Amino acid sequence: MRPVAVIGIGKTPFGAFPGRDLRSLAVEAGEKCLRNGHAAPGQVDAFFLGNFAGPSFVGQSHLAPYVSTALGIHGVPSTRVEAACASSGSAFFHAYTGVASGVYDCVLVVGVEKMTSQPTPKVTEILAGAGDCAGEIKAGSTFASLFAMIARRHMYQFGTTREHLAAVAVKNHANGALNPDAQMRKVITMEQAMNGKPIADPLNLYDCSLISDGAAAVLLAPAERAGEFTDKPVRVLGIAQASDFVALDQKPDITTFPAVRRASGKAYAMAGVGPADIQLGELHDCFTIAEIIAIEDLGFAPRGEGGPFTLEGHTARTGDKPINTSGGLKSKGHPVGATGVAQICDLVLQMRCEAGERQVPRHSLGLAQNLGGSGATCVVTILGTV
Amino acid sequence: MSDTTGTIYTETVIYSATEAFAADVPYQTAIVTLDSGGRVTGRILGERVRIDDRVARVEFRDGVPFFRKLA
Repeated sequence: MRPVAVIGIGKTPFGAFPGRDLRSLAVEAGEKCLRNGHAAPGQVDAFFLGNFAGPSFVGQSHLAPYVSTALGIHGVPSTRVEAACASSGSAFFHAYTGVASGVYDCVLVVGVEKMTSQPTPKVTEILAGAGDCAGEIKAGSTFASLFAMIARRHMYQFGTTREHLAAVAVKNHANGALNPDAQMRKVITMEQAMNGKPIADPLNLYDCSLISDGAAAVLLAPAERAGEFTDKPVRVLGIAQASDFVALDQKPDITTFPAVRRASGKAYAMAGVGPADIQLGELHDCFTIAEIIAIEDLGFAPRGEGGPFTLEGHTARTGDKPINTSGGLKSKGHPVGATGVAQICDLVLQMRCEAGERQVPRHSLGLAQNLGGSGATCVVTILGTV
Repeated sequence: MSDTTGTIYTETVIYSATEAFAADVPYQTAIVTLDSGGRVTGRILGERVRIDDRVARVEFRDGVPFFRKLA
């Protein structure tokens, strides 16, 4: 295996864009990324597209060549990866393995989702397709309700409170307000976050990520060739993908995600670092409770203490372990299939000192955690400039 | 050991649902640890339940178990 570097990034803003279709978003992110990496479409050896539910949201299948040919990339392998909300994290993982193994040199990964053309109940139904449709979903579960049941159990076992959940939302909105590409650039108060419209007890509207359109892209190359493309390469120091049950009721303990523990354990070992070394993270806050559990599963805080760790300010932009300085899925937006690659883009921005008002002072070692469904897929990536 | 009785492992009351369940909101779902072993996701009829409450399965509708709180 040879070292791999991120040599280019590109993103669309996240939001509701009635006039934009899926392909135009994906092409915008891809073109920005190729420009950013000073690469021509003809230099791309393979293309991976992370997309959760294009066929359901916009009625288009065979999406990878549909996008790659529009980018001027012809003839090379062009593959769509679907792993629910971890679709583009998984696409990134597979692109990485292709470069690390020497099969490809230059690989473009785009993540995209176009969600807002459907009404909310339909979006809820399409998202529910990432659960067990013969069991929990048939019983009336939504994704918010699955994470609500996780939150209830976490509260019961560890004393996590509504205030802890709200602290995640308040922090991520404060960060997103500084991100020009975020969907909801709005600071919220603890009082607002505690008293949002109920969605699934104990979660309210402010505990839930957004319904979004958007795309993100990264360009990978062997580290030894990175200098041909950029003077600001960021190394992939560790990366792993892990899997677990799709149905929540098959997991022995729903207050922890074994796929997150397994993926992060392997990624830490590969990078030769531990949780204490990580300087910033982009974590999968699809619901506030998910960030709290991720903090614990990644080893940033002991089991059951993710809530207090957040309320005490450790994960704030000014804290010792800044989490989701982009605003996270909560405020930046969550175009499902774009999220994993967008997390990589946001880490790279910080690591290149290009994060503007939300720039953090320590930024040489970052971690991205992308979760699919209620924990059935997880991809953890550790990036470094050291 | 019975596969019709069990204990609430976790629960939620849902206010925002898909089209198919929109007429039912708010409704309660739960993961039940069955006395016979294993867990299942089902709906709760009648009185709301909390973690550790005892429940009994009162019916199946289209393969979905419906539970009711035991006194």
